[in-house]
Amino acid sequence: MTDTTANHFLEVNKIDSFYSQIQALDGIDLFIDKGEIVTLIGSNGAGKSTTLKSISGQVRPKKGSIIFEGKEITKNQAHQTALLGIAQVPEGRRIFPRLSVRENLQIGAFSVKDKNVIAERIERVFTYFPRLKERLNQKGGTMSGGEQQMLAIGRALMMKPKLLMLDEPSMGLAPIIVEQIFDIIKEMNKEGMTILLVEQNAYQALQIADRGYVIQTGQIVLNGKGGELMKNEQVREAYLA
Amino acid sequence: MLAHILQNLPQVLIDGLTLGVVYAVVAIGYTMVYGILELINFAHGDVFMTGAFIGAIVLFLLMGMGFLSAMPALIVFLIVIVIAAIATGMLGVGIERVAYRPLRRKNAPKLIALITSIGISFVLEDAVRFIAELKTGNYIVTAPSMFNHKFNVDVHSVIPFFNNATFQASFLLVLIVTVVMLVSLDLFVNKTKWGMAMRAVAQDRDTASLMTINVNRVISVTFFIGSALGGATGVLFMIQYGTIDPYIGFILGIKAFTAAVLGGIGNIRGAMFGGVMLGLLEMFAAANLSVITHGAMGAEYKDVFAFIILILVLIFKPEGLFGKAVVEKV
Repeated sequence: MTDTTANHFLEVNKIDSFYSQIQALDGIDLFIDKGEIVTLIGSNGAGKSTTLKSISGQVRPKKGSIIFEGKEITKNQAHQTALLGIAQVPEGRRIFPRLSVRENLQIGAFSVKDKNVIAERIERVFTYFPRLKERLNQKGGTMSGGEQQMLAIGRALMMKPKLLMLDEPSMGLAPIIVEQIFDIIKEMNKEGMTILLVEQNAYQALQIADRGYVIQTGQIVLNGKGGELMKNEQVREAYLA
Repeated sequence: MLAHILQNLPQVLIDGLTLGVVYAVVAIGYTMVYGILELINFAHGDVFMTGAFIGAIVLFLLMGMGFLSAMPALIVFLIVIVIAAIATGMLGVGIERVAYRPLRRKNAPKLIALITSIGISFVLEDAVRFIAELKTGNYIVTAPSMFNHKFNVDVHSVIPFFNNATFQASFLLVLIVTVVMLVSLDLFVNKTKWGMAMRAVAQDRDTASLMTINVNRVISVTFFIGSALGGATGVLFMIQYGTIDPYIGFILGIKAFTAAVLGGIGNIRGAMFGGVMLGLLEMFAAANLSVITHGAMGAEYKDVFAFIILILVLIFKPEGLFGKAVVEKV
């Protein structure tokens, strides 16, 4: 089903990535089309985060290529890829703990020069996460896990990305908060945002995803429509039990 | 004894403040680089020293061209300090490019960068010494005296148990210029976009790069600012104390570094406070040690006194006065 001839929004072609000597990715192949929610599921250490980091430029693949909107970005540094419109909400949220909530949002729009545009985007983030408005002057590190996740997503939205990549947004959060966050992801997608969602929480991820990939020890072992994968025997046994 | 201490207080405050603000600005260079790279850049004291020498060279050149007599001293001073600051700023950026960045790219242990910085420190000392000896035949250089008009502060007539104090015009210059530098830096770091980027990179370099921030450029800017401030302070030192040699950066650098640790390394306001406090302690000790110890220890033990106080502070507050206790991430 993987289509290598057509031009997709994002194409990851057979990449190998390493952490020092250890191979984390072994020929990962995936694509995303504009407007999709695609999820990448798999267990701990399977290579989900490394895939995201390879796309965002935090890890440089040794082999293969990554193509975004027809441009090769395989060897980009992270800030260059971000400038092209790929935002990554990192695993564990990685809020700047000693910047205020306002500053955390402003820094998301670092590439934007116009102050009015930045102010408009902050207002836009508040429509998704009204709670952040009450916390504007608080230091990022003093917020609860759920609030930090909202801030991390809000911060990524500040750069008005073309592709939003989320790395385990449900991690360590209460089920009710996870539900809220997934609702918002769905809503953002409805408004046209293309999303790559990495999750251990396979059930919830597959429910909102158009398509999904299953990754195991650095390789894609299965892919298909979200609903199909949810019914797949292997997937049910390994991730939905 | 108390009477003696009190009598000298006005002079101690003036001298301590002069030295303290010098420590404060140099301490900022240490603390900024540490905050962003967790690197103790031991070469920074020698960047300060190089600034003093560049200042002296520019001053001699201007003098040779007859500028010193033709222009107000303040204008000459501003030209000298700006040139020295820009030159040392670029020196700092160059050091980072050539010596530290390649290590960072290879993920070298922090200890390697530390040793490298000690090496750079020796290189700078010897390079400056070589050039100074080549040009003047002596590595100790006495700068043309400027701003040496003496002022008398008549504290005694206002508060009788104080002695009068004196200061040179250069004291005011040192104080005004350092305060301007400290305040502008504080505003830059806390109120501007690049200052915010600098804080973000210091807190989480990887995540900062996801925000379209070019981390290497932020590091270069940090080195430029820290080194330029250090170099400018070298010029102030030359004008205040008159004589410079290639080794003034060593002890002063260690003291400024200590001031940074005292204030909480990585914390810019802490470094300012630590520097001023260390300067005051040192001058207090210089003026009063022999009275306090009944002649057993003279003024030359001032460093011992100052450092004992520092050790005591750090025993009770190891993270420094303004530092945050570090919580290890799991």
